[in-house]
Amino acid sequence: MAAISARNLSFKYAGAEKPSMENVSVSIEKGEFVILTGPSGCGKTTLCRCLNGLIPNFYSGDLTGNLEVDGVNVAGKTTAELASHVGFVFQNPENQLFSLSVERDVGFGLENMGVPREEAIERVQWAMRATGIFDLRGKAPYELSGGQQQRAAIAGILAMQPKILVLDEPTSFLDPKSAEEIVAAIAKLSHDIGLTTLLVEHRLDIVSRYADRVIVMDEGKVELDGAPGEVYNDRARLIGVGLPRVTMLFHLLRTEGFDVNNPITVEQASDELRRLLTK
Amino acid sequence: MHRLDPRSKFMLMLGFFVSALMFTNIFALLTVFLMQVPIVFVAKTVKRWLQSMRGVLVYGGFIFIMNMIFGTPLVQAIAFSIRFLAVVSAFSLFFMTTSADDLGLALEQIHAPYSIAFTFTTAVRLVPTMAIDAQTVVDAQRSRGLELDKGNFMKRIRNYVPILIPLIISAIRRSVELAEALEARAFGATEKRTSIVILKMRPADYLVIIATLIGLGFAVYVYLHVPLPNPVIPIQLPRISWPNLHASRIGQA
Amino acid sequence: MISIQNVTFHYPDGPDVLQGANLEIRDGEFVAIMGENGAGKTTLVKMFNGLLKPDNGTITVDGIDTRKKSVAQLSRDVGLIFQNPDNQLFAETVAQELAFSLRNFGFSEDVIERRVTSILNTLDLERYEKSSPFVLSGGERKRVALAAILVWDPKHVIMDEPTIGQDYLQKDRLRNFIMQLVSQGKTVVIVTHDVEFVAECMPRVVLLSHGKVIGDGSATTILTNSSLVQQASLVLPQISTLMKNLADLGAPSEIIDAYSARDFVVAQMRRKGEARARPLKS
Repeated sequence: MAAISARNLSFKYAGAEKPSMENVSVSIEKGEFVILTGPSGCGKTTLCRCLNGLIPNFYSGDLTGNLEVDGVNVAGKTTAELASHVGFVFQNPENQLFSLSVERDVGFGLENMGVPREEAIERVQWAMRATGIFDLRGKAPYELSGGQQQRAAIAGILAMQPKILVLDEPTSFLDPKSAEEIVAAIAKLSHDIGLTTLLVEHRLDIVSRYADRVIVMDEGKVELDGAPGEVYNDRARLIGVGLPRVTMLFHLLRTEGFDVNNPITVEQASDELRRLLTK
Repeated sequence: MHRLDPRSKFMLMLGFFVSALMFTNIFALLTVFLMQVPIVFVAKTVKRWLQSMRGVLVYGGFIFIMNMIFGTPLVQAIAFSIRFLAVVSAFSLFFMTTSADDLGLALEQIHAPYSIAFTFTTAVRLVPTMAIDAQTVVDAQRSRGLELDKGNFMKRIRNYVPILIPLIISAIRRSVELAEALEARAFGATEKRTSIVILKMRPADYLVIIATLIGLGFAVYVYLHVPLPNPVIPIQLPRISWPNLHASRIGQA
Repeated sequence: MISIQNVTFHYPDGPDVLQGANLEIRDGEFVAIMGENGAGKTTLVKMFNGLLKPDNGTITVDGIDTRKKSVAQLSRDVGLIFQNPDNQLFAETVAQELAFSLRNFGFSEDVIERRVTSILNTLDLERYEKSSPFVLSGGERKRVALAAILVWDPKHVIMDEPTIGQDYLQKDRLRNFIMQLVSQGKTVVIVTHDVEFVAECMPRVVLLSHGKVIGDGSATTILTNSSLVQQASLVLPQISTLMKNLADLGAPSEIIDAYSARDFVVAQMRRKGEARARPLKS
C-alpha cells in the first residue's frame, strides 16, 4: 500500500482563472525520500496543501480526483484529523513557533490532540533529542538561530508521530551551512524512523544526494518523475529547474560530444570526470 | 517573587487594589502604597518599577489639579493621587513579575476558555515581532525618500499611510501563516486539551495568599472601626461659582 | 565611492553587531557582501543610506559623512532594495507605487510620468501598470519593488538578499539584469549567501563574519578558500569542490563556474587528442 496515492488530482483556487493543479497522479511508497520541485507557480505547494487537508478546508476551491495518505482517504477529513498522519513543516520558522519556550512549543501539537500528559512528555523528549535541540529546550524561540528554529518546528511535528512528513522549502531562510545541516538531519531522521518524506525544494544541489526520487512539476502538471539521475535531463533544464552545477557541467560536456554519465552529486561528478580525463 | 504562582500574585495585587479603593484617608492610602515598596525590592525590579511610576506621575499630578479645581481640600486631593499611584503600582508589580506564558497557563488552569488564554499569549508573543516589522517598513519607506518628520499636520498624517498599509498587510499575511501552522498542529482537534506544564502552588504561594487575606481583613477592620486622623490644611481654591444664567434672564424679563 | 572606516555598531540593548569593519567600494564596482545570518551584512548596508549611523568610525558616501545627511538625501544616490517587497508595497496601482519615491524627491509630474513608463518597460511590467500591486504573484511583486527603487535612477544600487525564494529562471533573469546595471556604470552591491549565484556573476566578494571583514577579493579567490568559506558559514561552489578533488590531474583551483570548467575539460581532452573538432560554444 502506497503511503501517498494521488489519482487525477486537480484543484482551482476560488476566484482563480485557471487551475493550479491539473490531473496530477503520483504514487509514493512508504519510506521514500522524494523531492518535489519546479518553477514558481508550478503547483507544488498546492499539491502539498492537499496532503494535509489545508486544501480544501483552509483554501477553498474546486478539488477533484482521489487522494489517499497513509491509507486514509482525505475526502471529508479536517487538517486536525490528518495531522497524526501527515506532518507539515512550512517555509518560515518564525510563524510556526507559538510558545515562549522550545519545550512547550514541541509539545503544543500533543496538547491540542489531548494526548495524556506522561505520554506527551515522553514524546516531546524523544522529538527534541531526535532533532538535536534537547539542550535548547528552555530557550525562547526568538533566541534561536534560523536553523535551530526550523529544528524546533520539525520536532514539534515529529512529536505528533505522523507517518508522512511534508516540508515546503524549509531551507529558504537559512544560510548554506545551516541548510545542509538541516537537510542531512531530516534525511537521517527519515531513514531511522522509516518516515515517508516529501521535500519541496529549489536548492537541488543540497538535497539531491538524499533523494530516492524527484518529481518535477510545471504549470500544474507532473512533467517528470523518477530517480534524480534520470530526471535531471534536458527537459528539466528547459522547464527551468535549477540543476546542481555539476550536473549542468556534464550537460555542457555532453553537448561538446563527450560520452559521460549524469552525476547528481559532487562525489559522483568527481569520479566521472576523473574517469573521463584519465581514459 | 518571579517564581510565585501567578494566581497567588494575582490575589496579592487584588488585595492592594481593594484596600486602595476602600480608603479615602491619606494615612491609610499612604500605608497601602508604601507597603508595596519592600515587595518591589524583594522582586528586584526597582528600576522598572520606578520607571513606570515616573510615567504615571503626570496622571497623578493631573488628578491632583482637577481635584483642587473642583474644591477638594488639599490633603484629600493628595490622598486621591496617592490612591491612583497605589493601584497602578499594584498592577505594575503583578505584570512585571509574571511572564506572559505563566499568565496564559494561569488563565487555562482557572478554566477560562482556551481560546482566550491562547489569544492572549500569542498576542504577547507577537508584539516584538510586529515591532520589528514596523521598523522594517519605516526603514523601507524612508529609503524611498519618505520623510516622516516634515510637513504640516495633515501631511504628516498622510505620510503614515505608506507605513500602515504594508504593516496591516504583513500582519494579515503573518496571521494566515500562523493559522496554517496551527492547523498543522491539530489546533482545535479536541475540546479536552491536555497540558504538559502545570502550575503548582507551593508553600510560598499559600503563605502569600494567607498574608494577603490577613492584611485585607485588618484593612477592613481599620476602615470600619478605627477613626483615622484627618488632617485638614485650610488651603483651598476659592469655590468657583458658576454664573446663574437662568436667574439673570428671569431678572431681565 | 562608499568608504567604511573602523565602524562599530550595536543595536540598543544588544551586542556589537559590527566590530571594526573596514571597506571601500569604488564607483561602478560590483560587490557581493556575504556571510552567515547575523554577521552584520544587512546592518552594514543600512548604513550606506543613513538608516543607521555608526557608533564609532565613519561612513562616507561620495565624500560626505553619512552623519551629515538625512536618509532622504542619501537615498537620492543610494538605492536600497529590501528583501521582502511586502514591507513596502502600499499603493493602489503599480504606477502610483513607482511614482511614490519620485514625488518624495520632488520630481515634476511630466518627468515622473516619463520615468515610470520607462522603468515599467525595462522590467517587463507594462501590463501591470494599472493593477494593484497586491494581486501580483511573489516574483512579480519583487520586480515591482525593484522598479520602485530604480525608477529614480540612483547611482549606487544595494540589494539585500535578492535571491531568496526565487526559482532558477527568476535568478537567471535577475543575474542578467544586474549585469546590465553594472554595464551602465552603476555601483551594485548585493548582500547574499547564495554561493552559486555569486559564482556565476563573478563580483568582488567581501566576507563578513562576526562584524568584521575576514575576506575581500575576487570571487575566484575568496570562494575557493575553504577555511574562509567555512568561517562565514558558507559552502564552496560545487564546481570548486570538483576542481579541488581533481587538483592532481591539473584542475585549476580558481574555476568556480560550470562554463569555465567545461572549457578546461575541453582543452584537456583536446590536448589528449580525444575532443572532436568542434568550435567552443561561448
